[in-house]
Amino acid sequence: MAEQTGVLTGSPAPKIPAPRPGRVQGTLYRGREGMWSWVLHRITGVSIYFFLLVHILDTALVRVSPAAYNAVIGTYKTPIMGLGETALVAAIGFHALNGLRIILIDFWGNGTKHQKLMFWIVIALWIILLIGFVPRQLMNVFSE
Amino acid sequence: MSTVLEERPAAADAIQKFTATMMIRRFDPDTDTEPRWQEFSVEMLPTDRVLDALHQIKWEQDGSLTFRRSCAHGVCGSDAMRINGRNRLACKTLMKDLDISKPVYVEAIKGLPLEKDLVVDMEPFFASYREVQPFLQSSSKPDKERLQSAEQRARFDDTTKCILCAACTSSCPVFWTDGQYFGPAAIVNAHRFIFDSRDEASEVRLDILNDKEGVWRCRTTFNCTEACPRGIQVTQAIAEVKAAVLRGHA
Repeated sequence: MAEQTGVLTGSPAPKIPAPRPGRVQGTLYRGREGMWSWVLHRITGVSIYFFLLVHILDTALVRVSPAAYNAVIGTYKTPIMGLGETALVAAIGFHALNGLRIILIDFWGNGTKHQKLMFWIVIALWIILLIGFVPRQLMNVFSE
Repeated sequence: MSTVLEERPAAADAIQKFTATMMIRRFDPDTDTEPRWQEFSVEMLPTDRVLDALHQIKWEQDGSLTFRRSCAHGVCGSDAMRINGRNRLACKTLMKDLDISKPVYVEAIKGLPLEKDLVVDMEPFFASYREVQPFLQSSSKPDKERLQSAEQRARFDDTTKCILCAACTSSCPVFWTDGQYFGPAAIVNAHRFIFDSRDEASEVRLDILNDKEGVWRCRTTFNCTEACPRGIQVTQAIAEVKAAVLRGHA
């Protein structure tokens, strides 16, 4: 430490820039696999919840009148809704696979030890699932 | 030490110094309404720690910089802070392990009331620590040693290492949004006594933690395990307490 503190004598006053205005936000916490899997789990979970809400409403319409039900379901047959379905399958796929991982973390003795590996297995299975589904789905959506 | 260095200037020159930019999140409750980032340049050796950078700023550039540190060697648990977005002890983080080409961001730990610069109010943290009764409870009179086998001791060895720095609790997303949650550190210290064969109050502690704000708030994000400067497998300990609550005994 001597060579650091000794420089003070006779040295000019250190230049300290003024505080930067504007940027007051703290940094985003940089978690690792565990945190980001939880973030994804939350986002997909809430999205699925809102889908189910709409889904129960539109399905309940069939009890009001089958014609109204058909009309509403008919409006879903657009490319935008098709992409939405793709996102929905992706969200459910991740939520289901990561849900199994969380069950293993909670109930399998070695679960916490292997959580990172299990996260990457979840991602791998998820990608395989999407490779099987997405091209087919997109062909259907855009050929009609 | 200094005389040794003066006698051997060649050796001292051989050590490459470098300039690092430190971005410190400052907050002065007397003048600021919001925290602000302030930039400092420090001359560092690769073997210097973030704490040395903070010392250099406080001692040579801006004496008003406020932070806690006591032992400065990773034992007292005073200087937990967020370094480049992750909770670390400033005294255990070497500058050479950080990316010096970019500024090093240092800010107070999250989820506890900010008092000044890098200092937070630790009271909510210690309040939940006290609530889990972190002391040995035994009905037998201590007229001789309470014997314990090596296996019984090993059962809770990991959680005896806690230094109460709050790096785990303040890395927990649940704790950030729900200040009522006991937090990892309190559960770790409960674990230390729940699985101690000499202790007789395991059931009491399991009952305390079998609460809406107890172990069930844990969402297994593993931020606590990753943040712990003592390498405690925090999420593992919480999972063991969860399992013990389900079993009804340690």
